Amino acid sequence: MKARNIISLILIIFLAYFLFQALNLVPGFGMANIEERTATHYINKDVNSKKEEIKFNESKNPESGSANMVTSVVVNYRSFDTLGEVTVLFIAATGIGAILFRKRKKEKTMMDEDGSLILVTGVKILFPLLLLLGTYIFVHGHLTPGGGFQGGAVIATAFLLMFLAKKNYKLDNSKFKLIEGIAGITFVGLGLIGLATKGYFLMNFLNNGVIGSSFSSGIIPIIYIAIGFKVGAELAGIISNLVEA
Amino acid sequence: MIYLYSLLIILMLASAIAAIFMENLLSSIIAAGLVSLIAAALYFFLKAPDVAMTEAAIGAGLTTAIFVVTLMKTEWGDDK
Repeated sequence: MKARNIISLILIIFLAYFLFQALNLVPGFGMANIEERTATHYINKDVNSKKEEIKFNESKNPESGSANMVTSVVVNYRSFDTLGEVTVLFIAATGIGAILFRKRKKEKTMMDEDGSLILVTGVKILFPLLLLLGTYIFVHGHLTPGGGFQGGAVIATAFLLMFLAKKNYKLDNSKFKLIEGIAGITFVGLGLIGLATKGYFLMNFLNNGVIGSSFSSGIIPIIYIAIGFKVGAELAGIISNLVEA
Repeated sequence: MIYLYSLLIILMLASAIAAIFMENLLSSIIAAGLVSLIAAALYFFLKAPDVAMTEAAIGAGLTTAIFVVTLMKTEWGDDK
């Protein structure tokens, strides 16, 4: 047997041992105490054990001001994870751009001719409405279901429809990159301001306001608007790169 | 309500199997998009609207479109 195989075997035995050790930490079926789980604290907005009751449209300045529980986890309690997620998407978009980039001899498009009259007219009507819907979704991310990622995806879908309908449709890629960069800098910059004023990266440094009102939950709406622009620009850029490749 | 869920899950399984065994790649992509769409409906009925929106916009919409564009760029699109 080669030395390499023996080393692999030893490594796998170690890994299996630690996996079994980790399994011992999992409580038995029905034995877990749900009241002590982190998720319960997130739902009650009670990580610091203040034991306050949160009432919609009444509670002022709660721990996390977002009425949408999912948003309060994604952009408040677990904001750093979201920064990582945005980074992954950025790297994916950049990678696609880098792989598909080459000097084009002739302009290539997806379609040989414009779409049918019904498609073109429908897309012309739908395009502004989809942009509006996407903007609505990410501006109200802290109040209603949805947020930056969903709104950005809807906006990218609007650009996809334009590519389907118009033969010569083109995105101004440098402007999209600019929007993406500004949005990313806004996200990290807000995090750094939180670090400077409150001592933690991405800590909320604004007033949380009344839960459920449009201007509430501190920096969450600002971050979600930035994410919406960033995701929309990135996904539209991916589609544009693919279509023009 | 349980019948609706069962129907949706059976439809989802059927389209997933169809996506694997379809001869035509375009039909296969559409079937895969259908899986995402039904998953989005299930998420919505199970009261996870945030995930449902992501699944509908990215899983059913953008991913399907990106696959179709890629298919048109490859040799399969030229043969046709």
